[in-house]
Amino acid sequence: MAGRLSASPPWWQNRRLVPWLVQGAVGLGILVVIAFLLGNLVRNLSAAGLLLSWRWLGQPASFDIAESLLPFNASEPYWRGLLAGLVNTLRVVGLGLIGATLLGTLVGSASFSSNGLVKRLARIYVEVIRNIPLLLQLVFWYFVVFLALPNGEAAIQLPGIVLSKSGLFLAGFEAGFHWSGPSLVDGVWQGPLRFTPEFGALLTGLVVYTGAFIAEVVRGGIAAVPKGQWEAATSLGLGPLLSLRRIIIPQALRVIVPGLNTQYISLAKNSSLAVACGYSDLYSVAETSLNQTGRAIEVIVILLAAYLAIDLAISLVMNGLNRLVQIKER
Amino acid sequence: MPRVVRSSLRKELFANPIDGLVSVLLISGVGAAGYGLIHWALTQAQWVVIQANSTLFAVGRYPIEQQWRLWLLVALVAAATGLSWGALRGLPQRDRPITAVWPRNDRIAAIVLVALCGWAPAALGLAWPIQARWWALTALLLVLRWLAGRYASRLRKVATLGLPLLWPLLYLVGMVLIGGGLGLVTVGANEWGGLLLTLIEASFAILLSAPLGVVLALGRRSSLPLLRWGSIAYIEFIRGAPLITLLFLGQNILGFLLPGGLAPDRIWRAAWILTFFSAAYLAEAVRAGLAAVPRGQLEAARSLGLNLPQALSRVVLPQALRIALPATVGQFISLLQDTTLLSLIGLLDLLGTARSVMANPLYLGKSAEVYLTLAVLFWCCCAALGLGSRALERRLNPPTLGP
Repeated sequence: MAGRLSASPPWWQNRRLVPWLVQGAVGLGILVVIAFLLGNLVRNLSAAGLLLSWRWLGQPASFDIAESLLPFNASEPYWRGLLAGLVNTLRVVGLGLIGATLLGTLVGSASFSSNGLVKRLARIYVEVIRNIPLLLQLVFWYFVVFLALPNGEAAIQLPGIVLSKSGLFLAGFEAGFHWSGPSLVDGVWQGPLRFTPEFGALLTGLVVYTGAFIAEVVRGGIAAVPKGQWEAATSLGLGPLLSLRRIIIPQALRVIVPGLNTQYISLAKNSSLAVACGYSDLYSVAETSLNQTGRAIEVIVILLAAYLAIDLAISLVMNGLNRLVQIKER
Repeated sequence: MPRVVRSSLRKELFANPIDGLVSVLLISGVGAAGYGLIHWALTQAQWVVIQANSTLFAVGRYPIEQQWRLWLLVALVAAATGLSWGALRGLPQRDRPITAVWPRNDRIAAIVLVALCGWAPAALGLAWPIQARWWALTALLLVLRWLAGRYASRLRKVATLGLPLLWPLLYLVGMVLIGGGLGLVTVGANEWGGLLLTLIEASFAILLSAPLGVVLALGRRSSLPLLRWGSIAYIEFIRGAPLITLLFLGQNILGFLLPGGLAPDRIWRAAWILTFFSAAYLAEAVRAGLAAVPRGQLEAARSLGLNLPQALSRVVLPQALRIALPATVGQFISLLQDTTLLSLIGLLDLLGTARSVMANPLYLGKSAEVYLTLAVLFWCCCAALGLGSRALERRLNPPTLGP
């Protein structure tokens, strides 16, 4: 008996050896696969004459970008085009984050309304939007809503705002400090601030879609605050607004902020569907560049790096916010 | 109006003046929008674009003379559904010894099914023989459901053994029927389209990404640094990139990564990319489930003498997967929705088919009809998956635990 206990276990039960063997086998497997893929890549690329090079970025792009904040034309180099695309992406992501947060907060708190109809409508909105693919919603907004708007005289006109097939026109300062509204010149609307229907459709689609997910996050966050907190705040003599601001929201935010982070990142990634409604974001410019130059690897590297950077930036900000709202423990 | 209805209406909608005002505004707004939509759908919309292209939407450019294979497949699926449905109700369960063979939900489902099969083929304007085929399929499903519900308890051994094998077998048979081989004429992947392609891509990715996701989740929680860091790197790389860039990568770079001629064609490339993409998200769902299982469970299993694979597969994973079920099904739903992205890389899935139909000058300006139909179709599929997941969740809750 004693002899059996003292005998060392067979090698496949050795607690020190086995982990190393497993890791060695897995590592070897990964290395072989990577070497195989990279070897093929180098061989195929050199056969096609497309070995890694960044010089094409400096050549003239010879395509136009329909709308961009950065002035851009076809004679400028590819890198300026990609930069203009990135700026366009950041623009729609930035406005989309604000819009989706506002809409999501509104709908999420509407599910706690005392009005039964408001509650049910909030529920219906979330259930309808979450079960329809975003891409389908985007093409719907673009082709069915924005491109069906009336044009010219028949456009939807409010003081300082005109919504027509050629876009959304807002009043603003023009040429120095001269306040002016949108105006009809030769049957074409012009105004100081113009959003194209492509941008409008993408922004609306992203806001409505992400708003539904954020509404769920907000609803979960508020529901996570125990009911006793409300009652305790009321019995301390706080009014509904004050107890909401001082007691409920700080506790709900602890649950909401991490969820928001996920939704913000998914909004940023979803903005790459812009190509479906004709908006020139980073992905759409990159796709055009690839079609013209054939530089697949470089374009993919740029795309992945750019989206990773946007994700990381959002995560950094949200983690900072998370630290602010978490419980301060002694 | 009965008093109960009046008092609940009052409490729900008109508790105070502001609530009342909001309710009136919302009712008129929703009413006007609903009326507008119905008025448009019944009088202005031209549904002929759906009727004329229903085959295209269903199967794409699948050769007409081979379409009997798809009918056969639909019949097999209907039969398998009826059998499994009936067996699930008819077999006595551990926690539910006596079951009603036709509970209320089942009766509702059967009525909905019959109504749908009466209405949809007629509304699509299909020819009589084809309408009759759909009726026959529905009848087959319901009859088998009835038979299986009635006799499952007598054929208990066959049913418990056969059911888990039925669906994987059917999947393989289905792939052969769709793609050909084994004596059938080959129908290349580039001839699949519409709903058929969407379902193939989604089911392929769901089936393969599930085990891959579990392996990645286990890897991420492993104590071996190489496995852990490898899994983390993979998961975070995939989750950091938009799906469309990965699909783009698959279409443009996969050809360079594999030796010439070995790269799969575009449809399978997209299917593999969807699989790898979905696996990373599934891994996160499963990881949350694993994290919710107390550490003592693994330690207890090991101290009973189970080795690591046994302890994981018998003790830890069943609990973790049950906890991860809602998130997993949520991921499957979003995978089904993500298949629409295939239209952006030029494949003719459901949305791609819709876009190609709209490019036909004959159907210019009919996008509202087409997109609304697709939206309803996707909504029904996703909502059904969600309902199924909730039912399964209730079913899997351990009977001994809980209050």
